[in-house]
Amino acid sequence: MPTKPAGTLYRGREGMWSWVGHRVTGVVIFFFLLVHVLDTSLVRVSPEAYTAVIGAYKNPLMALGETGLVAAIVFHAFNGLRIIAVDFWKKGAKYQRQMLWTVLALWVVVMVGFSIRHLSLALGGH
Amino acid sequence: MSATIQSPRSGKIAPQYRRSGSSKGNFEMLAWLFMRLSGVVLVVLIFGHLTVNLLVGEGIHAIDFGFVAGKWADPFWQVWDLAMLWLAMLHGTNGVRTIINDYAEKDATRLWLKIVLYAAAAAIIILGTLVIFTFNPCPVVDGVQLPGGFCPAP
Repeated sequence: MPTKPAGTLYRGREGMWSWVGHRVTGVVIFFFLLVHVLDTSLVRVSPEAYTAVIGAYKNPLMALGETGLVAAIVFHAFNGLRIIAVDFWKKGAKYQRQMLWTVLALWVVVMVGFSIRHLSLALGGH
Repeated sequence: MSATIQSPRSGKIAPQYRRSGSSKGNFEMLAWLFMRLSGVVLVVLIFGHLTVNLLVGEGIHAIDFGFVAGKWADPFWQVWDLAMLWLAMLHGTNGVRTIINDYAEKDATRLWLKIVLYAAAAAIIILGTLVIFTFNPCPVVDGVQLPGGFCPAP
């Protein structure tokens, strides 16, 4: 006789957690996008207004925030390609777990590269 | 009393079980397809955007009014940014719509959240589009050039 899941409808594992990660990163990116269009729109107010507000992105705390944002974007991008493979590739559903680990490995590689480059540019005295 | 049940693949499906032909049409399927198509394009557009703006040259330190003016002097980057704006906003809005449908249980709550979402999305898409097309590298107010602009030599 099957036992009832305790406390949650889902059983976890790769399928559910990648879905959770995709939602959370998607919402984070969406709200940043709203702000990012607004800050870029300041080029229509005056050159000084734009440059002043963009200056707020250029401090050490924001450098970490930007790295976190890019981490969210890169995960959402790679996992999105995995979702497309699950939906359209004949063997996608069979290999969805292996593809998630591939996504995470690529994510680590890209983020190590991005973090070294971006943080050394952003934090290195200028 | 006996009911006639059609073979599932006979094509003779009772109207109440048909997935297409309802008032909603194919909207949900098209939205699902759009997420995948726009997703692939957005990977290219956004990775290119991040590379050019953050990783090349001085990275984030190079970004100021002149950087934007330099990019939008080229129609290539205007089209790039316009496509990114529209695809990312529609992709994100549809994603948040899905999340609202999943978690807001009351009809009125869902309705109002989606009204706010669509209003915000429309405002941002219209604003961003206007900014890309009406951008002026040499803004002048009351006959005086604003400092920091890129103006042709007199």
